[in-house]
Amino acid sequence: MISTDLTLLAPEIALSLLAMLGLLGAVYTGQDRRAGALLWGTVAAFVIVALWIGIDGRGSRTGFGGMITDDAFARFAKIAILLSAAAVLAMSKAYMQERDILRFEYPVLIMLAVVGMMIMVSAGDLIALYMGLELQSLALYVVAALRRDSVKSTEAGLKYFVLGALSSGLLLYGASLTYGYAGTTLFSGIIDAAGEGPLSLGLLFGLVFIIAGLAFKVSAVPFHMWTPDVYEGAPTPITALFATAPKIAAMALLARVLHDGFGQAGADWGQVVALLSVLSMFLGAVAAIGQSNIKRLLAYSSIAHMGYALMGLAAGTAVGVQAMLLYMVIYVIMSVGTFAFVLAMERDGQPVTDIDALNMYAKAHPGRAMALLALLFSLAGVPPFLGFFAKLEVLRAAYDAGLVWLALAGVIASVIGAFYYLRVVYYMYFGEAREPISARASPVLLGFLGVSALVTVLGAVSLLGVDLAAARAAAALVQ
Amino acid sequence: MIGLGHYLTVAALLFVIGVFGLFLNRKNVIILLMSIELMLLSVNINLVAFSAFSGDLVGQVFTLFVLTVAAAEAAIGLAILVCFYRNRGTIAVDDVNVMKG
Repeated sequence: MISTDLTLLAPEIALSLLAMLGLLGAVYTGQDRRAGALLWGTVAAFVIVALWIGIDGRGSRTGFGGMITDDAFARFAKIAILLSAAAVLAMSKAYMQERDILRFEYPVLIMLAVVGMMIMVSAGDLIALYMGLELQSLALYVVAALRRDSVKSTEAGLKYFVLGALSSGLLLYGASLTYGYAGTTLFSGIIDAAGEGPLSLGLLFGLVFIIAGLAFKVSAVPFHMWTPDVYEGAPTPITALFATAPKIAAMALLARVLHDGFGQAGADWGQVVALLSVLSMFLGAVAAIGQSNIKRLLAYSSIAHMGYALMGLAAGTAVGVQAMLLYMVIYVIMSVGTFAFVLAMERDGQPVTDIDALNMYAKAHPGRAMALLALLFSLAGVPPFLGFFAKLEVLRAAYDAGLVWLALAGVIASVIGAFYYLRVVYYMYFGEAREPISARASPVLLGFLGVSALVTVLGAVSLLGVDLAAARAAAALVQ
Repeated sequence: MIGLGHYLTVAALLFVIGVFGLFLNRKNVIILLMSIELMLLSVNINLVAFSAFSGDLVGQVFTLFVLTVAAAEAAIGLAILVCFYRNRGTIAVDDVNVMKG
């Protein structure tokens, strides 16, 4: 009944109400002066809701006639989304305040985007999928252009908007074809209509359009062209957000649609996802080599990492989904640490994003350089850092599923990709000394940098139990 | 007699015109917004046609949601465009090029 349906969505409803209350309160009272408090309140709300979902949720339930699914997979993705968004928000406070862009809209918009992401990962229906995706996207278009007086930030917002709207259009066209040829928008109905054999032509077109639309959101090649510009143009904390929570949400949504909606047609979409994966890995590795801006470099790095995560998905097995979830969590941990470092890069109060500025950084700040070294080695996948085990899992999943060529391509791409991470390390330790960058950094940033660097070093011992949770989540998705 | 195929063809044509409008247009960002709107409306034709021919109301409900979201999307797009115009003084597509790529 309706009350049991509502309890399924209670975390989302609570967050939406909080967002509306925050908006009303901020409009009626102190305008932007309360933004700091609102931001910390949002962080606390995210952490509390994540704990709530983690402790309270059990089993698999569906509500609203199958439109909303609450299972271990959705809960895993929701907790990862909430915690990463909370970490990024906490890191961004000092940066936003110094540059005078800490407006009260910022935490409110992030909260709405997170609600959208939570709907996305528990969608059991094309309409719920579309509404969640748009709630997320519309909020993120605005935060990309949050710095209204900067040409770069508004241009980033404009590009993100136009390409994001194009991807929504593609996804929607695919959804309409799927609805037409399956006769229903429910994933459970689509999987029945698809049947055992090869997909009908209409459903196949629908599937391809849906994959293309979602590939935009995870910035997989050939739908990646917005990524470097948006990463460079948006304010750095926003870039950090784009690299973390929305990526988990879009990847989880892709897994959800492919397995819940088209689970019988694994042979059809496996090839498409494998192609996206191999293109992303190679383009991300090669195009990053020439970059001199660390935000653009991290953009290409994130394209390459999405390629590896897609590799797990291309395997089409429960092990593959588990490897994908584990990869996303580890990637997000490393991203949070790296962006904490980038946020602390400034000279005379102005943010610096040139890699050149890091020349001989290790001499001035040995501790921070060591932390970044651990993170970059981990991103490159050097053993025994955490990133290596993430790559190992997806490679093993692809190999077990018979995609030997894909696993081999992944190994080659990761060797090419290691070059540009090591180049940054080379600058830090052996470059020529240039004008130094400021030593000032807020304790919050240093804390996140230190903790995530420690996790990449020590996490390799046990993978922190995340792999077990990911296995449970994958088992819930892939029957 | 006008059948389902006719509606789907019109919708597909409109969708393709919208996609081409996004990529081939070199003049004006407003035209980009119009192309996006065209894509979303072609999807609505699809949904309503499917809904009418299969006697299932879900497609029309979906259409209402799409219309609402399209309105919100246009509002946000125009707002970002206004901010961009204030900084840059132009809305020509060729001038959206401060960052390469």
